[in-house]
Amino acid sequence: MGTATLEPTSIKKGFKSEEYFINMGPQHPATHGVLRLLLTIDGEIIKKVDPDLGYIHRSIEKMCESNSYQQIVHLTDRLDYLSSHINNEAVCLCVENALELEVPERVKVIRTILGELTRIASHTLWWGVMGMDVGAFSSYFYGFRDREMINDIFEETCGARLTMNYNIPGGLMQDIHPNFVKRVKEFIPHFRSKLPEYDRLLTGNIIFQKRTKGVGVLSKEDAINFGASGPVARASGYSCDVRKYHPYSALDKINFTEALDTTGDSFARYKVRIAEMWESLAIIEQLIDNIPEGDHKVATNAVIKLPKGEFYQKVETARGEFGVYIISTGTKNPYRVKFRSPGLSNLSLLNHIAVGGKIGDLVATMATIDIVVPDIDR
Amino acid sequence: MGYFSDIYHGIGTLLTGMRVTGKYFINARKGAITQQYPDNRDTLQMFERFRGEVVMPHDENNEHSCTGCQKCELACPNGSIEIIWDRVIDPETGKKKKAIDQHIYHLGMCTQCGLCVDACPSDAIKWAQNFENSVYDRTQLTRILNKPGSKVRAGVEE
Ligand code: SF4
Ligand code: SF4
Repeated sequence: MGTATLEPTSIKKGFKSEEYFINMGPQHPATHGVLRLLLTIDGEIIKKVDPDLGYIHRSIEKMCESNSYQQIVHLTDRLDYLSSHINNEAVCLCVENALELEVPERVKVIRTILGELTRIASHTLWWGVMGMDVGAFSSYFYGFRDREMINDIFEETCGARLTMNYNIPGGLMQDIHPNFVKRVKEFIPHFRSKLPEYDRLLTGNIIFQKRTKGVGVLSKEDAINFGASGPVARASGYSCDVRKYHPYSALDKINFTEALDTTGDSFARYKVRIAEMWESLAIIEQLIDNIPEGDHKVATNAVIKLPKGEFYQKVETARGEFGVYIISTGTKNPYRVKFRSPGLSNLSLLNHIAVGGKIGDLVATMATIDIVVPDIDR
Repeated sequence: MGYFSDIYHGIGTLLTGMRVTGKYFINARKGAITQQYPDNRDTLQMFERFRGEVVMPHDENNEHSCTGCQKCELACPNGSIEIIWDRVIDPETGKKKKAIDQHIYHLGMCTQCGLCVDACPSDAIKWAQNFENSVYDRTQLTRILNKPGSKVRAGVEE
């Protein structure tokens, strides 16, 4: 507290306000993982947010340098584990481009369907957790209930619920399970009937709206300056969907609209994600009925050696633009691998949009930025 | 909006949400329950592709089809598989042939990536679906996959 000379006046004028530090995390439920936020606060008002990273750093990029190209894929499961299938796809596409390998149409279509299912699974989980962060506990269960159906599809076809490792350079590890199409077709109408429930339960809720509208506003200029991507950038009106601008796999043949908003507040980010779930359903619907026949992979050498050079591939994960950058010297291991993760750039703008708000607003802002900490720390 | 209409509107939105939860509260059996683990342990069927643990199937003659080619050991990203092998004399041909002594699998290090099973040319290893793998001591997670006294099935060549 203040020095002795200050005390009489401060007592007279009520409490003396003074800035102080407070730790949020590394084990705080609202930081969604082991992220530590150093908050400088004045009463309830946030003056500064310093994210402190490194609590779950596993040096995945360095590990990649001693692994073969087939082995790298399974490490990317452990980045953004909610988009693991899309991360795998990025590495495989990068390796395939470098080898100038053309994968069968069937593989492309299956990859895209699984990618969109991953996006829905990730967004349903986010929706549940988002509700819980702002105090609506039931949304958590509803989100997980619908995600369970997707997880069943993954488990049956890929063999795992989170760490899929189903893509391999050259195609897919196994062909899709005979039940795959049936289950996806069951899921689409099921989820179509459940998504309006999400709106009734949370979107229209007055408490939820009061806690998110006008909170954590990000302008379009700042979104671009901070390198934001994914729903965070699109909620500010910055059209940046990699699926639209640099289509990969089967996405070039698909009609879909990019979910955009202009307000840039937490509620806009929320609405963009809800709209993305509808779009993903539409994408899957366009593909599921005509999965081309063919092989599920093309043969590659048992030891893959990339030609000398630098290769980059970006994809749109549930959180934004994920990039894989490989430098190869022509050996069986990469010389250097760098992942461009959406979470890090999206987290970097947290200080910018949270300053001036209250601690409770920070929680709502964090929830709509939707970070996954292993993706940031790697 | 006026003060009172704000309140009415607010209560209205809360009731809309509660209609949803109320619906599931009344029809709890219809689609609100996913899994009741561990109560359903006896009936729980895992999917056949589920990657729980690597095992080596043996037939009734205590024979497996692992030739000791070490492809799984090479494919593994984190050294979870160790093959201890030797050259033995094949009784039929009289030639020296590679054979495994121990196929050691460290479940505690395994990331369930599936590369070993994918790499095995003779389908000697496969996935088991058990997932309740917790033990009190991590040494129990090191498993020797080939059974004692087992040998490679005749006809399985590298
Ligand atoms: S599943 Fe992967 S980590 Fe586990 S033993 Fe096989 S290759 Fe190694
Ligand atoms: S399990 Fe398969 S890959 Fe591994 S040594 Fe035996 S035969 Fe070779």
